[in-house]
Amino acid sequence: MIRFIVRRLLQLVPTMFGLSLLLFIWLHRLPGGPETSILGERATEERRAQIRQSLGLDEPLVVQYGRFMRRLLSFDFGSSIQTGRPVMTEFGQRFPATLELTITALVIAIGIGIPLGYMAARRRGTWLDSGTVMGSLLGVCVPVFFLAYVLKAIFSEYLHIFPSSGRQSDLLEATHVTGMFVLDGLITREWDAAGDALLHLILPGIALASIPFAIIVRMTRASVLEVISEDYVRTAEAKGLTERTVRGRHILRNALLPVATVIGLAVGGLLSGAVLTETVFAFGGIGSFLRDAIEFRDYPVLMGFIMLIALLYVLVNLAVDVSYGLIDPRVRVR
Amino acid sequence: MQRSRFRTVCAVAAIAALTVGVAGCAESKRESSSNSKDKTLVFGTAGEPKVLDPALATDGETYRPPRQVLETLIGNELGSAKLVPRLAEKWDVSADGTAWTFNLRKGVKFHDGTDFNAEAVCANFNRWYNFTGLYQNVAEYWLDTFGGFAKSESPTAPPSNFKSCAASDANTAVITLNKPTSRLPGAFTLPAMSIQSPKALAEYASESMSGDAQNLTYPKYALEKMVGTGPFKFTSWDRANKKVTMDRFDGYWGDKAKIAKLIFRAIPDENARRQALEAGEIQGYDLVAPADVASLTGKGFNVPARPPFNVLYLGMGQDNPKLADIRVRQAIAYAVDREALVKSKLPNGAKVADQFMPDSVEGYATDVKKYTRDVNKAKALLAEAGATGVELKFYYPTEVTRPYMPNPKDIFEIVKSGLEEAGIKVTPVPEKWSPTYLDDVRAGKPDLWIVGWTGDYNEGYNFAGTFFGRQKPEWAFDNPALRAALAKVDLEPSREKRIEMYKDINKQIMEFLPGLPLSSSPPSIAFAKNVTGVKPSPLTDEKFYTAEFTS
Repeated sequence: MIRFIVRRLLQLVPTMFGLSLLLFIWLHRLPGGPETSILGERATEERRAQIRQSLGLDEPLVVQYGRFMRRLLSFDFGSSIQTGRPVMTEFGQRFPATLELTITALVIAIGIGIPLGYMAARRRGTWLDSGTVMGSLLGVCVPVFFLAYVLKAIFSEYLHIFPSSGRQSDLLEATHVTGMFVLDGLITREWDAAGDALLHLILPGIALASIPFAIIVRMTRASVLEVISEDYVRTAEAKGLTERTVRGRHILRNALLPVATVIGLAVGGLLSGAVLTETVFAFGGIGSFLRDAIEFRDYPVLMGFIMLIALLYVLVNLAVDVSYGLIDPRVRVR
Repeated sequence: MQRSRFRTVCAVAAIAALTVGVAGCAESKRESSSNSKDKTLVFGTAGEPKVLDPALATDGETYRPPRQVLETLIGNELGSAKLVPRLAEKWDVSADGTAWTFNLRKGVKFHDGTDFNAEAVCANFNRWYNFTGLYQNVAEYWLDTFGGFAKSESPTAPPSNFKSCAASDANTAVITLNKPTSRLPGAFTLPAMSIQSPKALAEYASESMSGDAQNLTYPKYALEKMVGTGPFKFTSWDRANKKVTMDRFDGYWGDKAKIAKLIFRAIPDENARRQALEAGEIQGYDLVAPADVASLTGKGFNVPARPPFNVLYLGMGQDNPKLADIRVRQAIAYAVDREALVKSKLPNGAKVADQFMPDSVEGYATDVKKYTRDVNKAKALLAEAGATGVELKFYYPTEVTRPYMPNPKDIFEIVKSGLEEAGIKVTPVPEKWSPTYLDDVRAGKPDLWIVGWTGDYNEGYNFAGTFFGRQKPEWAFDNPALRAALAKVDLEPSREKRIEMYKDINKQIMEFLPGLPLSSSPPSIAFAKNVTGVKPSPLTDEKFYTAEFTS
């Protein structure tokens, strides 16, 4: 197991190097540059040329990449052109928000998706099954931004149940420790702040969860359908085992293996989906910052954030691979 | 089974222990808050400021907080572009236009408790004049107003027009120039010329910006401090949550703010801003989509419009030989249905623009050549120029809203249909506003394009000079007579004479017709039903100290 993890971690080195090279070339080949971000839209062409020169943007790409790599070796991604602050600081301040949102979306997607998929399979052909299949189809089809606007129109503007934007009410003046506001409210015993932050998470969480939820439901349903026709399930039921035992030990444990793979892949989708969701809900995480960074050609942020997200994605999938062994003892990673 | 249950119990216990442990370390830092809901105004903005030091920026979002926290020597009257005393009680200029004397307000304190006086004024002007390094690149308005620095680092930079600032006594500051400029006194109202506490500047802003594209760093002052004399004092800038918070300054020399706390929260998506207002999470927002004005007003929200102080125009690149022919440019002017554009696509209060400045700018001429729509005339001119069926690349921006251009795609469509009616073939080139569209326009790629300008202050040069004061690749023409006229007006010290000169220049421009002015629009700003008092400014120079909650 340890050799497996170490080997996978070592594979990360060439992967990250290749990614950094491709990313660097791609970003610097995009039309435009960060001059507008620094100088504003009113700057003359002379001034724009001047700032390019002052910032070293007129140097050959190889030289610029070399400078980037030298910094990267000491795990320094440089500073954001938009904010003038270290990329790692920006990531550290914004990541807890995205993590909180991603966890919420995952809890919704897994917490509702797996039971619903299981019940749909067990009651195959009933209205519950058809409704679940149709609902999950809708989840995949409806664009996230559209769903977001509809949710906000109903639950914020009309019913006034959930807030439409932000992470916490501006009037609360809550104490922040970890940057995950619900957790912060709990550990500082500011219960109103925790509750308020949780309310702010619901709508973006649902919007972000829509696609992985639909995939998890469908995958669970299909997988459970396959497993329940297996001999050992029939045997277990014939032996008179309780529904709970059959479900937990025989059906789900076997059916969840492909679902775990999907969940691992969904994390990557959630991180990229956060760009849109965070923008629509003015949710201050890495997603909305990345969107601004693309617009302003904030190269250090784009390089740093995308590489860190890629790293996280690889690590999550490594964790999923390791978790196979826990879900199914027959699988042993080597 | 037993083992599994044991493991679960252990995991839960560990998480509980960790939570309790962290809870032990984390204490609530809340103060007993006196800020009740009706004393705090949260205003939704389209973006965050870039920095807190307005000397380093030119954009409206960066200027919004300094407009509440800092003050300039001369201000704009609330709700208009008329110059009024602010930190200077009165001002005077010498007959040759090179010496500006300011009699300063007495008894004014900076938020850090230090005195505002003539020395503080000169400390600020001397700081800008002595900018070094990257500061010299980003101090756009200083460059535009004064031309250069004490030691300009760029070989192409013009010599500075700023000569000195002298404190002749504690309450009199004299700013001396090498030659007169049309930019003054208007530029004295710009947030970039706000007077900041010399003590705070010395403490936090002694270093310049530095680094390269991968490691640009700003001095602490630009990111964490803003110390002025305004009705609000800067409290915090929460970068992660895109919020700038300001508290009422009780030691303010003028009318105290009626609200205790002001928060600018960036909500980049315009629909999200509207929804946040309707949900009651914010009490106002800027850049209201024209399509939302009627529905918000119908629901009882206050949606005042700013007086139009902008111009949207259709640019024509004369590097295309067909467009170098005045008859083709005139044909385009006759073909475009500007009345229909204003009536069907722009907000109420928008006007057809008949020259490159709105009618509220002093120097606007009533007798310029008008190009009232006449498609037959357009066709005849095209035929005469041998350009019937000419093909033109028409660039327009996407994913952007500007005060002068609320809906670029709609504007493009209506201009295009007029051109096609006259027999011009249009190749549409939609591009993302920043950086692609702006870069391509600046590089002179389009034959036709739409863009505009919102004035910085009430001076004709701020419009005509900005567009045509120097040769630009996008226009691709050289009109020495026009350039000479603009250079002359720029050096004219008498405001009255300048106004007459601008009128002549406007006539000259509309005869030459480098592009077609399309419209001037009144951008709207929205407030909650119970928020009143903020006067919409043509310069977007809204002051929130007049805001109040009504029952």
